Amino acid sequence: MRTWVSFLDLPVTYNNMVVDEVPTEVVDEVFRALADSTRRDILRRCAADEPSVSRLAQAYPMSFAAVQKHVAVLERAGLVVKVRRGREQLVHTDAAAVERARQALDELEATWRGRVDRMSNLLATGGTK
Amino acid sequence: MTVTSVDTDYHSLTVTLIADFDASIDQVWELWSDPRKLERWWGPPGYPATFEKHDLSPGGEVTYRMTGPEGDKHHGVWRVTAIDPPASLEFTDAFADSGGAPLEDSPVSVISVRLLEHEGGGTRMEIRMTFETRADMERIVETGTVEGLKQAVSQMDGLVAA
Repeated sequence: MRTWVSFLDLPVTYNNMVVDEVPTEVVDEVFRALADSTRRDILRRCAADEPSVSRLAQAYPMSFAAVQKHVAVLERAGLVVKVRRGREQLVHTDAAAVERARQALDELEATWRGRVDRMSNLLATGGTK
Repeated sequence: MTVTSVDTDYHSLTVTLIADFDASIDQVWELWSDPRKLERWWGPPGYPATFEKHDLSPGGEVTYRMTGPEGDKHHGVWRVTAIDPPASLEFTDAFADSGGAPLEDSPVSVISVRLLEHEGGGTRMEIRMTFETRADMERIVETGTVEGLKQAVSQMDGLVAA
């Protein structure tokens, strides 16, 4: 069974959750956010820890502003949440948003399973003769 | 079970589905190459598909509409990028306007189908879908939920028909 573990290396298991409608704009933002390898890496770090933006910035060969932008994209997609602590901004993941993305992919799988079932039924009932 | 395996790669946003049918490769190919057969399985329950243009040649177009329970119409268009009957078909799928023109803001999904006849009979179908963001996602949101709920019903339909 696939879980987000393969993607985020997270020791996370999901139970069967109530299936919500996923608003299109949300899914859009999530997939845009996940399409970049730096952001996926940031997401991994934030899942394992609660780093500050400045500590994240030290981990990548890019400017503080560039890392901040990546965090902002993740934040807009609802994948991470920034929390102010003193003078630091700490970043942590929003597991529910990750779950929504997973759900969207699983729904695509369900669409094609449905199609294959109907193909199979057509073949079995002589719909192709 | 028709579906043999599904591999969802969250990293590359790719879903690979392998199905084994108890049918010849030509019979399975016809499900794609004959628009009247294609429209019997493409749309989810409650959203029957009607294929209009159906040109399965490289660069060719396939246009379809799915009609929802409220009479709502959802148009789509394929662009065929490669075809090798009866073994493979590759196309892009996008949302379209009622004239079959791809919607400007509808990025495309890439779908690759491969068929392989087993030596002892039966045919394996591998479908690989690569996400390119919005169009697919919109489709999931629009029809995926419905699909998931009604999948069981379609299976029962098949049994009744048998």
